[in-house]
Amino acid sequence: MVDVASLSAGTEARRRDAAGPSGPRPRHVLSRRNIFLYGTLIVMAVYYLLPLYVMIVTSLKGMPEIRLGNIFSPPVEITFEPWVKAWATACTGLNCDGLSRGFWNSVRITVPSVLLSIAIASVNGYALANWRFKGADTFFVILIVGAFIPYQVMIYPIVIILREIGIYGTLTGLVIVHSIFGMPILTLLFRNYFTSMPEELFRAARVDGAGFWGIYLRIMLPMSLPIFVVAIILQVTGIWNDFLFGVVYTRPDTYPMTVQLNNIVNSVQGVKEYNVNMAATILTGLVPLIVYFISGKLFVRGIAAGAVKG
Amino acid sequence: MSSSQRPSKLFRNLNAKVASIPMILTALVVFVGGTAWTVLYSFTNSKLLPRLHFVGLDQYHRLWSTSRWLVSIENLLIYGAISLVFSLVIGFLLAALLDQKIRFEDTFRTIFLYPFALSFIVTGLVWQWLLNPDFGIQRVVRDLGWTSFSFDPLYNSSIVIYGISIAALWQGTGLIMCLMLAGLRGIDEDIWKAARVDGIPMWKTYLFIVIPMMRPVFITTLVIIAAGIVKVYDLVVAQTSGGPGIASEVPAKYVYDYMFFAQNLGQGFAASTMMLLSVVIVIVPWAYLEFGGRKRG
Repeated sequence: MVDVASLSAGTEARRRDAAGPSGPRPRHVLSRRNIFLYGTLIVMAVYYLLPLYVMIVTSLKGMPEIRLGNIFSPPVEITFEPWVKAWATACTGLNCDGLSRGFWNSVRITVPSVLLSIAIASVNGYALANWRFKGADTFFVILIVGAFIPYQVMIYPIVIILREIGIYGTLTGLVIVHSIFGMPILTLLFRNYFTSMPEELFRAARVDGAGFWGIYLRIMLPMSLPIFVVAIILQVTGIWNDFLFGVVYTRPDTYPMTVQLNNIVNSVQGVKEYNVNMAATILTGLVPLIVYFISGKLFVRGIAAGAVKG
Repeated sequence: MSSSQRPSKLFRNLNAKVASIPMILTALVVFVGGTAWTVLYSFTNSKLLPRLHFVGLDQYHRLWSTSRWLVSIENLLIYGAISLVFSLVIGFLLAALLDQKIRFEDTFRTIFLYPFALSFIVTGLVWQWLLNPDFGIQRVVRDLGWTSFSFDPLYNSSIVIYGISIAALWQGTGLIMCLMLAGLRGIDEDIWKAARVDGIPMWKTYLFIVIPMMRPVFITTLVIIAAGIVKVYDLVVAQTSGGPGIASEVPAKYVYDYMFFAQNLGQGFAASTMMLLSVVIVIVPWAYLEFGGRKRG
């Protein structure tokens, strides 16, 4: 942003241009305003980055070094042993096969949950945008209002439903739960996107004789890939980071990574190995972090869409 | 719309109806049915198994005379007040700083937002480590020579909820910043030009012109923060497990523990119904202001 002083300086410079030197006006890089602005931003950035730095540094140290040294100091002797241990041999209760089991459980939960929830929600959104039937909007409003109900209110009835069907404690059950609770926001996302697409497109396809599924698969789907990417980002991070549903709807051998991580770090038995704990913590955070750094602006769009629930 | 009479209304637009079955089931069975079920059973004396033996408001009387629940509510209020105030203030300030046409805007935004990609479990465990009195910040400051320095929020029951709030703010302010930044970008550039021509200082422009114009953004943000406050659970589980003692318990944890550990379903149902009630108190006035007014206008 340009302040008033520099604006007038600009016109002055332009007046002198005829005779004086050409080229852009030199800028005061170290103005008081810039020092304050960038100073504050850098201090805040350091504050936000510090926990990540401490996590990485701690995970690369041996336990003796942690006991003696400072959490902020870089490792004197870099060791990857904590990482190996966190992945392969860290104990939760009686199992000592590390976080790898939780990782694969999380993969087996996240992949089908993301696919199923997006498939259901995109078709829902499409039906709401283009094939409205009587009462459809009522269900949609209930769905959106339902997004505000605390999960704790619905946890137990779902336990009963899953138990009646016979899938309580299985990964299938958890996948269904994730699809249910992802539905409000995803349906809203897709409905709004499909509504914003030109109506003529849909009409032309209908005139050509395409039906409900034909239009969805051959026109809507290929034309709305960006919103699908946003939905995938939203769901992968959301489902990977879930703890509550994982702990309620799975058994110890099918626990997702977050639950297993918490059990490893907060187990009361044995000597605390802070380096292993931090390595395990980074490993769990790695998937959403990678998604975040790769997706960049799309992630921002996803959370903005995810956040605006009302 | 179509004037032609079909044999049955039910089969019109059948594909759309079939496709909407998951949505209809979720809305009716899980959201409406599940909520009604929980509220209904909160008036029973269900213990290990849900049982329809009504005892009126007994569970609620017991709930409000349990010290753990009272501590949970108090913590939720403190945590909520801190979250609301600080995430709005910090989020807005960061957004305003990023909106000054600075260099490396994308880098700064990426840094401020990355904690939001991490789960509450990861957040809680990192801050548990940073706030560890034997190895963390307290130890570092003491090693520098200030030996009486004391900063151990996670082991001091009177301030433990502040320790949790620090972690929550670290994780969540990036999101608020993003929403605020989007709001700031939506303000017409001409407003800024007009303010500058009139010689209004920048902070006054923000305070008296820009912020009032961003009212819808603030309301949305407020609702998002409020919805997040009631749900707080994983962070506490990871960071303190409710301790020391019961000093950092929260309602969501009370519900879970009573339903799945203490096998006192009635208490869990009553507590979750109270959570629902608190959300209703926040959401209904907002929905009335937002949508009720529009319908009339």
